[in-house]
Amino acid sequence: MMRKTLRYALLSLGAVATTFPFVWMICTAFKTYTEAASPTLRLFPDVWQWRNFLETFDAAPFGVYFSNTFLVAGVVTGSAIVTSMMAGYAFARLRFPGRAVVFGMVLATMMIPFEVTLIPNYVLVTRFGWRDTYAALIVPWCANAFSIFLMRQAFLGLPADFFDAAKIDGCGHLRFLLWIAGPLVKPMIVTVGLFAFLGSYNSLVWPLVVTGKDTMRVVQVGLTVFSGAEGVQYNLLMCASTIVILPTVGLYFAAQRHFLEGSLGAGIKG
Amino acid sequence: MFVKLAVLGVVLGCVLVFWRRLSGLVDTAVGLLDNLFERRRTGPLKDAPLAGFLLAPALAVLGVFGVAPLVLAVYLSLFEGKGLNMRFGGLVNYSRALSQEGFWDSFLVTVYYAAGTIPLCLIVSFLVANGLYRLGRGRGLFRTLYFLPYVTSVVAAATVWRVILHPHVGLVNAMLQSWGFSADALPQWLLEPNGAIHLLTGGVVSEDVGPSLALCCVILFDVWHASGFMIVILLAGLTTIPRELEEAATIDGAGPLQRAWHVTLPLISPTVFFLLIVSVIKGFQAFNSFYALTGNGRGPLDTTQNMTVYIFTNLYEYQRLGYGAAAATLLAVAIVILTLLQWRFVGRRVHYE
Repeated sequence: MMRKTLRYALLSLGAVATTFPFVWMICTAFKTYTEAASPTLRLFPDVWQWRNFLETFDAAPFGVYFSNTFLVAGVVTGSAIVTSMMAGYAFARLRFPGRAVVFGMVLATMMIPFEVTLIPNYVLVTRFGWRDTYAALIVPWCANAFSIFLMRQAFLGLPADFFDAAKIDGCGHLRFLLWIAGPLVKPMIVTVGLFAFLGSYNSLVWPLVVTGKDTMRVVQVGLTVFSGAEGVQYNLLMCASTIVILPTVGLYFAAQRHFLEGSLGAGIKG
Repeated sequence: MFVKLAVLGVVLGCVLVFWRRLSGLVDTAVGLLDNLFERRRTGPLKDAPLAGFLLAPALAVLGVFGVAPLVLAVYLSLFEGKGLNMRFGGLVNYSRALSQEGFWDSFLVTVYYAAGTIPLCLIVSFLVANGLYRLGRGRGLFRTLYFLPYVTSVVAAATVWRVILHPHVGLVNAMLQSWGFSADALPQWLLEPNGAIHLLTGGVVSEDVGPSLALCCVILFDVWHASGFMIVILLAGLTTIPRELEEAATIDGAGPLQRAWHVTLPLISPTVFFLLIVSVIKGFQAFNSFYALTGNGRGPLDTTQNMTVYIFTNLYEYQRLGYGAAAATLLAVAIVILTLLQWRFVGRRVHYE
């Protein structure tokens, strides 16, 4: 009993410490400039300043940043799901010469440090004339090895009988993939989609390198520039952070039932 | 901008609304493709055309932006000069990097960072996951709360930390002051280039020994930000181990610590090993938190300039592509060597059922 109470107490303490920066962020976002800029231990604002959020949108073009980000992250998520389902199915269910070698090479791309490919990719994209375009932000992330690996695992987990039965009924591979296997691996589709979206939404270095114009910026770059600006107001800065954090946290709460524990641990054991 | 987003939304909306009618069309198209691919029904190459079709998009992207750049990086590293006007210089970039103080300083920062973040993260996550695993009610809620930092963007979270750690308006220093610290003895946190050990020992140790206080703040930030992921993975690993073994150990009189060390840890060692490999690779590639916490990645007196920041600075600020590529290649070699060493020396001790 004693031990149980202690465990709850310690874990709660940890949870409070973990989430405290967010609580503080939200509270500061609602303070006036003078409240936010004076060193104080008071957590809550005197008056909750809702118009700070309007002022934040006035202070920097966050509307533009957000529409860029959602466009890029949306297309990247969709493409990553499609390409990984196609490739994952091929690796899991089709027999062709060189399958093991090609799959090994796909996995090997996971080991390459991002910084090594950063400079050549920058040169490549510049040669393509893609600087300050959506193509530069989207195309390199339309497929990734981790998603393909996860999808392959999911398709391997389906009983082969399903396919045999469908084949007898005259269903080919592609139709099987689209109408039967696809819906069956939905939890993995959610997982792959969530990781692709988070990865794209939260990426900083690549958009920073390939975009220069303000109209092409994504939110992460926008926030970095905003927070680095001279004489920035801390309350507005916390407003901006809150706005940037909100979409991914919302998405996580919506999707967590599907993706946690089960699918995340699936490919790792042993 | 908004127009593009609106067009995308309208297209998506139409697909959803007319899905029933569209699905028939899609089915016909896919059926036709299927017939096309399955005309040849025998031989070992039977599936090859279809496999080619399914793999083409993924392999094209991975090939152009994943494999080709690797070759190109090594090629680029042989050229010197600024911007895109470069001339062949052989191995000159490598010898320059290896003899430059900045390169080795940044290597040391990377090592400090990895040596600080990885063990701390693993220990904290193991303790939390172990505690959560034994919890009856509230496990889901706690797991969500601990995972929260991981889903938030590093940039936004770092912005919050920067303000909390701000020397003048920050919450931490306000707390210290209310506990009686004098205003001019307050730590500068992310702006402090002097070593943390120097400050803790009151100046006994010289100020350039060990990581700077700014670097220690970056380390703490990443422990906070990345532990959630490890906790979830460890929790997934813990749920697969049989409870009987722990019960047996309890009956034999093992305390909670002995149980954790002798029973639980060996049983989830494959998961821990996976996390170790991944976090070493990630630790050597860390960039976002450095950049977002210090504004340019380099920090006070360059004391948070790790190797990736060093590479980035050379690329972005000095336009020295060849030199940056050489440094990046050296970093990649270091990562590969470290991963192999772990496989060789740590991997042996992993217990597989």
